Amino acid sequence: MSIASIIANLPALVVVIPLLLAPIAALIPISGAAWLVAVIGSGGALVSAFLLQGAVSNGSSFSYHLGSWPPPWGIEFVVDSASALTVLIMAALAFVATLFARKALPAEINEKDIGKAYSAWLLACGGLAGLVMTGDAFNLFVFLEISALSSVILIALGAGTDRRALVAGYNYLIIGAVGATFYVIGVGFIYAVTGSLNMADLAARIPDVQQDTVIMVGFGFMVAGILVKAAIFPVHIWLPAAYAYAPSAVSALLAAIATKASLYVLARILFTMFAGVPDVTALALEWVLIPLAIAGIFTGTILAIYENDIKKLLAYSSVAQIGYIALAFGIASTAGVAAGFIHIGNHAVIKGGMFLAVGGYFLALRSRVSLSAMTGLGRRMPITTTGFLICGLSLIGLPLTAGFISKLYLVRALIAEDMIIVMILVLVSSALSVAYLWKIVEILWQRPEGEEAPLHGGEAPALYIPLWILAIANLWLGVAPTPLVDSANRAAMHLVGGL
Amino acid sequence: MDLVATITANWNYLIVILLMMGGLFIVISQNNMVKKLVGLAIFQTSVFLFYITVGKVAGGTAPILMSYGKAAYSNPLPHVLILTAIVVGVATTALGLALVLRIHAAFGSIEDDEVLAMKADAGMPRSKRSRSSDPDGSDPDGGDPA
Repeated sequence: MSIASIIANLPALVVVIPLLLAPIAALIPISGAAWLVAVIGSGGALVSAFLLQGAVSNGSSFSYHLGSWPPPWGIEFVVDSASALTVLIMAALAFVATLFARKALPAEINEKDIGKAYSAWLLACGGLAGLVMTGDAFNLFVFLEISALSSVILIALGAGTDRRALVAGYNYLIIGAVGATFYVIGVGFIYAVTGSLNMADLAARIPDVQQDTVIMVGFGFMVAGILVKAAIFPVHIWLPAAYAYAPSAVSALLAAIATKASLYVLARILFTMFAGVPDVTALALEWVLIPLAIAGIFTGTILAIYENDIKKLLAYSSVAQIGYIALAFGIASTAGVAAGFIHIGNHAVIKGGMFLAVGGYFLALRSRVSLSAMTGLGRRMPITTTGFLICGLSLIGLPLTAGFISKLYLVRALIAEDMIIVMILVLVSSALSVAYLWKIVEILWQRPEGEEAPLHGGEAPALYIPLWILAIANLWLGVAPTPLVDSANRAAMHLVGGL
Repeated sequence: MDLVATITANWNYLIVILLMMGGLFIVISQNNMVKKLVGLAIFQTSVFLFYITVGKVAGGTAPILMSYGKAAYSNPLPHVLILTAIVVGVATTALGLALVLRIHAAFGSIEDDEVLAMKADAGMPRSKRSRSSDPDGSDPDGGDPA
């Protein structure tokens, strides 16, 4: 196979490499070897995603025809500014989480299950990448279920340390399956009136359809299904338990990439597939997405303030952050959608980093990390805590961190659309998020009253190096945000401005 | 009668709606985890039926090339899509049942409310046993209703 043919097949490789390596990982009984396969899988996907991003950095786009069947009959993978950026963010975070998993997974999972765990890990990575790449509405459902089922397996593996992980996995399975089925019902309605499944083809055909009601119903079912997967309030209920009881490395992986893929799909449905019926989508954005996003921001933040278990606290905070992304997409202007993509990237490095740090605490304490258990850890685990703190400050949106750039572009997009009340709400909720972060920071440097719990092994480089990669990414994206902002602008131009 | 005509002309759609709402209702209302999965399967089956109904052409045959003239044939694509969806549905049910087995082993119950009540207990500080040799999360105390 020549170099040229590899490059021509890059869009498929980013999905196929993890998927093909998954069964190999399942057969390997040795923890280290299985990890190596996972690193090759996620690393291969990262390299492919990086090359793809380079190929579309001039604003061009191209499509890959699976099995050489031309669209709209065959399934196509679409590589454009938006999908390449999202897949690159996800592949990078998946790779860092895989590095962390080498020491973290064996501590929480039975030795003989490790190979199978990495198999599910790779399936989740491949499925989520496919979700972003595909240009076919039904193929999207298949990737949705591949990623959902493997995520359920990964979450349930947390049962090694806490049996509640099983219930969290079961609930995600049921709620996720209902959501995915809603999406399929929607696709069925749209297919019935258009006779096509290709997204670009659908976008061209939908405006000509006379049966507005069917389009409305199909659109409603599809969006409702994806809202469940993206964990947007009030259908976020599966998320806190799933993130809280999953193994540490899995929490970091899912928090960084799982909901991001669904949010991207939401943008695709709103701005590509149904671009031809702006009155329908505007209705959904104005009366459904924006109110739900704001409700989610406040619910997540307030629940996080009163939460005592640190992983659950971060999960509630994720609900709020997903709300910011959904709100940015809800604005629907080019600046708003760009702000959404910027925050997809920034929130991935922020929350991924924080979950990695909590994983480090967990492995040192060997028990669930509650706020009281963290007392004084700042002095005893300074390297991990400093990394945690950088990500935390970025979460609040302090200048010179990635989170500040997100908030800046979101607020600017809101002002440009004269949505002053919404902008005030965003600022108020940012101030509220200081409350729960300060609660953690205070306790980290507090002197414990009684005996200090013994630490197991202290701080291992294998655990804090991935964390610091993300912490430095937070600072770098805060100081030099131009590459991400430019890519996000191109993505938004392509999705909103291009049609 | 107008109503009767509407019903007889669209009876398969009515069955789809009936199954869909029934399945979803079971998922939401039932407390038993196996019954929830049954409801989910019914819900998904209604969608299969919906696709097949959409693809069927009245009086159409199977889409096989004939040597003589053109015959009306049913749309094969929805059938193929549903084959995929059936596979996904089977995988979902299988994984769900496997999880229910593990939940039964760990909690001694598959009733949603009983398991939820027990979760609070498991949240208490626990001894090291849960970490050392407990791959499937089975808990010696799991059998006791809280």
